[in-house]
Amino acid sequence: MIKIQGLHKSFGKLEVLRGINCNISEKEVVCVIGPSGSGKSTFLRCINLLEEVTAGSIYIDGVKINSKDTDINEIRKEVGMVFQQFNLFPHMNVLENITIAPKRIRKMHEIEANDLAYQLLEKVGLRDKASAYPEQLSGGQMQRVAIARAMAMRPKVMLFDEPTSALDPEMVKEVLDVMKQLAKDGMTMVVVTHEMGFAREMGDRVLFMDEGIIMEEGTPSEVFGQPKSTRTQDFLSKVL
Amino acid sequence: MIDFLDAIRFDMIWNYKELFIRGLWITLSLTAVGYVGGIILGLFLGIGKLSKIKWIYYPAKYYVDFFRGTPLLVQILLIHLAVIPSIFGHSLGYFVSGATALMLNCAAYNAEIIRAGIQSIEKGQMEAARSLGMPQGEAMRFIILPQAFRRMIPPLGNELIALLKDSSLVTVIAANDLLYAGKVVAGAYARFWEPYITVAILYLLLTWVFTKVIAYVEKRYSNSYIPSQRRRLFSFGRASAGG
Repeated sequence: MIKIQGLHKSFGKLEVLRGINCNISEKEVVCVIGPSGSGKSTFLRCINLLEEVTAGSIYIDGVKINSKDTDINEIRKEVGMVFQQFNLFPHMNVLENITIAPKRIRKMHEIEANDLAYQLLEKVGLRDKASAYPEQLSGGQMQRVAIARAMAMRPKVMLFDEPTSALDPEMVKEVLDVMKQLAKDGMTMVVVTHEMGFAREMGDRVLFMDEGIIMEEGTPSEVFGQPKSTRTQDFLSKVL
Repeated sequence: MIDFLDAIRFDMIWNYKELFIRGLWITLSLTAVGYVGGIILGLFLGIGKLSKIKWIYYPAKYYVDFFRGTPLLVQILLIHLAVIPSIFGHSLGYFVSGATALMLNCAAYNAEIIRAGIQSIEKGQMEAARSLGMPQGEAMRFIILPQAFRRMIPPLGNELIALLKDSSLVTVIAANDLLYAGKVVAGAYARFWEPYITVAILYLLLTWVFTKVIAYVEKRYSNSYIPSQRRRLFSFGRASAGG
């Protein structure tokens, strides 16, 4: 479903991604782990072109997305993203946060969009918060709304950029539970995370990134159980 | 001192009250047209100054540089006596010239306020909007600007008061604004205290009202995004009941 070939990304002289090759199939949950500064987030942000790609190609459903002929907005409709800092729209209540994109972009009727929003809020357990404003919510609630907002566009794939890193510890679980439910529902997911427990439990595949390349990849039991590279062993010994 | 107070003749102002009322009206109209036009034009210039496209960025930048870098008085004369006659072949009257000059000048200052306001919104807001598939323009209109405008209220309020006072410069092209009314009375009686103190008080009154309105708008929109109940605009020192 997603095919990434020879992906390079530089910020000025700094080479952040140095040749990433990766295939992600439908309904697969891929967890990306690695030390900070390894390029995990940049890799994720390249998949919906929040970062311009320096070299290489990214295909989604056979369409090359980093090409001048591709309408990037069409691609992004199909690729949902959840951010570390939630990035809810503070001037809109929860319902408006979720419905603005379906209404504006998918031209969905108001009633239909609201129905969809309530369904999604039900799923993330926040139906009663529909008219609350982001500043009235806890971090965990905000992130669950952010997930619902991304899901409202009915994307084919969801990208998670360290979704629990900005949360107080007691709120991590409620967000991870929502993500687990999504995975069980068959959503294709790419998750950059420091939650090794989640990667181990939910990941179909784990990518270990370091210094801008994928050092090691495999099933969770392979990567966590018998890591081959010394860098992976070193990293895991520090975080586990 | 007593002699001086006895000698004050406000009856002469009263005799010219229609001129002052008309002057107030003209001053307010010039300010309103200049301000609204200045915000709309300033919005485009402010966004233009954020553009990465050179042929959008540079015209916006040079526009702002010119109108902030030259005196408003010179701009008024240039527009009234040179630009408009050259384009239309004749003058379109002081109001068109005056309002145009005030608008063009105000837009330059507003452009900087609007640019800074937009830049103050966290990058993640634009990224979140774009990641949902919103084109740049829609994201700007529905996500960034509604948030940025709240932060622009205090500086845009300052601009309104500055513009109100600067509008008095249009007397040089014989606009019959508030200051002009004072000049007429001064000329007719060869007395200066009464007409100019009256003009000053009237300007002060206008800026006082504007300050109140701006403070109200600021209070209503600046603190929280949660819609609050309406508070009274003018409480005149009394604590407002309820909240």
